[in-house]
Amino acid sequence: MSGGYEGKENVVNIEQSENRLVLQGNEAIVEGALASGCRFFAGYPITPASEIAELMSFKLPAVGGSFIQMEDEIASMGAIIGASLAGVKSLTATSGPGFSLMQENLGFACVAEVPCVVVNVMRGGPSTGLPTSPSQGDVMQARWGTHGDHPIIVLAVSSVRDCFEITVHAFNLSEKYRVPVILLSDEVVAHTREDIILPELKNLEVVERIRPSVPPEWYIPYEDNSRGVPAMADIGSGYRHHVTGLIHDAKGFPTQRSDEIDAFTRRQFRKITNGFCEIQMTKSLMMDDAEIAVIAYGAVSRSALRAIRIARERGVKAGLLQLITLFPFPKKAVDPVLRQCRAVLVPEMNMGQIIREVKRVNLSSKVVKYSRVDGQFITPDEIFEQLLAMYM
Amino acid sequence: MKDDRYEIRFGGSGGQGIILAAVIFAEAAVYEGYHVCQTQSYGPEARGGKSKAEVIISQSEIDYPKVIKMDLFLAMNQAALDAYFFDFKPNGILISDATFVEQLPTSRAFVLPFTRIARDDLGKEIVANIVALGAVGRLCDKVSMPALEKAVSAKVPAKFRELNVEALRAGAKAADTVDVSLLPRSIVSDEEAEV
Amino acid sequence: MDEKFAGLRHDYLRHDKKFPHVWCPGCGNGIVLGALIRAIDRLELEKDELVLASGIGCAGRMPVYVDFNTLHTTHGRALTFATGIKLAKPELNVITVMGDGDATAIGGNHFIHAARRNLDLTAIIINNQIYGMTGGQYSPTTPYGAIASTAMHGHIEHAFSIAELAITAGASFVARGTVYHAAMLDTLLAKGIAKTGFSVIEVMSNCHTQYGRKNQMGDPVTMMKWFKENGVSKEKAARLSEEEMAGKFTIGVLADVDKPNYIEEYEKIREKAGAV
Repeated sequence: MSGGYEGKENVVNIEQSENRLVLQGNEAIVEGALASGCRFFAGYPITPASEIAELMSFKLPAVGGSFIQMEDEIASMGAIIGASLAGVKSLTATSGPGFSLMQENLGFACVAEVPCVVVNVMRGGPSTGLPTSPSQGDVMQARWGTHGDHPIIVLAVSSVRDCFEITVHAFNLSEKYRVPVILLSDEVVAHTREDIILPELKNLEVVERIRPSVPPEWYIPYEDNSRGVPAMADIGSGYRHHVTGLIHDAKGFPTQRSDEIDAFTRRQFRKITNGFCEIQMTKSLMMDDAEIAVIAYGAVSRSALRAIRIARERGVKAGLLQLITLFPFPKKAVDPVLRQCRAVLVPEMNMGQIIREVKRVNLSSKVVKYSRVDGQFITPDEIFEQLLAMYM
Repeated sequence: MKDDRYEIRFGGSGGQGIILAAVIFAEAAVYEGYHVCQTQSYGPEARGGKSKAEVIISQSEIDYPKVIKMDLFLAMNQAALDAYFFDFKPNGILISDATFVEQLPTSRAFVLPFTRIARDDLGKEIVANIVALGAVGRLCDKVSMPALEKAVSAKVPAKFRELNVEALRAGAKAADTVDVSLLPRSIVSDEEAEV
Repeated sequence: MDEKFAGLRHDYLRHDKKFPHVWCPGCGNGIVLGALIRAIDRLELEKDELVLASGIGCAGRMPVYVDFNTLHTTHGRALTFATGIKLAKPELNVITVMGDGDATAIGGNHFIHAARRNLDLTAIIINNQIYGMTGGQYSPTTPYGAIASTAMHGHIEHAFSIAELAITAGASFVARGTVYHAAMLDTLLAKGIAKTGFSVIEVMSNCHTQYGRKNQMGDPVTMMKWFKENGVSKEKAARLSEEEMAGKFTIGVLADVDKPNYIEEYEKIREKAGAV
């Protein structure tokens, strides 16, 4: 186990609990968001993410929150940034075409350091693509989709339980580091119903952004500190300040001074680098004596888990490293796997995106690609066959 | 690998309530203490077309969320039966609706008149899916009738509860007319099975 | 300029970094800013409860100069950010300031839907009939036949009438003023800000640098004269024939209706949903 994610090995005691529910992935994201204190949602209908908006529209007013269906995804992203600036934790959810539209204002959230969570339920692309088929084609878009040099946090979910837990992590990281967090789901996870026990709220760690402790006249909105994360005042709380998409100085005013621009850009990266240990979440399974391994994320990691169990049955010493955090890329967890194993398989529902990051960690390692791009989910058998070939 | 994974596929046409049947089954399995994983696939149309839903149940947490080899396949019409029969286990069970299925691809099959029961005995063809679910529940022997009845009640609107519970029972009763132990042991020959 | 307004400048402008401003000498944006400050002062609004959000362009630079809660968003999107702020904190008075290209080209969809939705926001649209900051390209309000840097042979598209568009889209309050009729502008802005529901104030303004110079109105005074001669009151417009109105535009309050606004309606949704 590395990072802050407490993954558990497979067999658990099945508890009979009133809180034991059967939820779809999309529904569990809503539960996770509400449990994290999210009280604002703006979105636009799109398959396969619409259930998140539907359930939010039903549940948010009951807890005193607000839901709004905007005229497009550009507007949805703008609205959640506005709400977050006013101090309310905010969420939007979409799929490929809508995610493309969100890139513009996602950049604003990066430059103005506005906490918010964006769910992208990946479907086949590009363009309208395959609206009802799963894909992992948006991984690099999540990292680099908005223009300009910027750090961002990208997390991937693989199960209904993940959808709840990782959504909570997403909000927590977003609040703590003042960055937008992208939560990548896919059509398989989104529409799979699984049993889940929702934790009681009192047992849940929920992080709030740090608000200024100084009086308004002393407040410097983008003042650096040891963490690189400035205190954030809610709009309307007496701390009048300026928020802009232009590169700005510590006071938040546009600047053209190279020393201020440099300091601004470097702080953006430093605040994330400082948090690497907690941000980079992975789960390793059967890795102790593994000679070959699968590095996977999202729903594919479940096929991979099945595949390594089949492999183990046949005497093949295979292990799994599941990436929860895709960006910042969890190099610290991947590096030992590459050193330990004589070959590593990276199965993806794309032509090879995260594999580039894996290879970059150690260029001398044997990293094998497996791509499925026919709109179908990768099966355990396919992964097992690859593993067998690698093991021989 | 010790694995008690039990896999069911439900196939029919869009609007037949295939996904609802699978959702109810999954809910009932949770009442029985199983881990469940329920998925579906369908085209963009809301009605018509083929519709497929799957439920995996297990005492341990479920890794791969979709069917690997079916233990039980419910086919509500011929098109769905033909399209989704792949991945059938040699010792699996096929349950199909006599009303809309004419040709069977396996001898480990039961043909029961779900739609006719719904239409003639219950007066509502729309509950054929729940009649079939009653039979599935009885023949798979994984979930009890009380669990299924509770799940049905939780998932349908109050004014249709009675009708649906009745449908469930009618399906179970129909299933009582057949005997799983009388089926051929496996659709693969004994010689093949030994290899 | 009277002493009172000199005082207002000190009360409302930020003095910690941001002057001189980016606008050309004689730009109408300063007059709009002055009118906005006077309107806010007249309404006795608290600075802490005011939000001024803008998009991109010359008008987009307005918020940084004033000591409110200010927001300089992306091109055309000011209303989307404002929507989020208003829903999160309905007690705030949220004003957006946009240019004609900002509000009705790239942000046109947001604009009509904000009007339709009737959320309690105020939209000030400074219409200088051109993209000024980027160098004088034609905008959705550039008149037919005018010269622009992307229409050097004459403009062949037809202009939007922003105020009429807002009325049709369902705004509760719609007015049009000009930077020449500065005293009237104070009143129009004050009325729009005070109005509950979506308010639009279109302000005809001069970009002599990018629009005027290419269209025989190369200095602010000529443009002011143009506003003076062509801006006619609703009452006067009613007496003029279609031919007499050609090239002219109505000024004053053009629509003022009462209808339920989004916040009120959403409160009812919360009650239905059982909010505590």
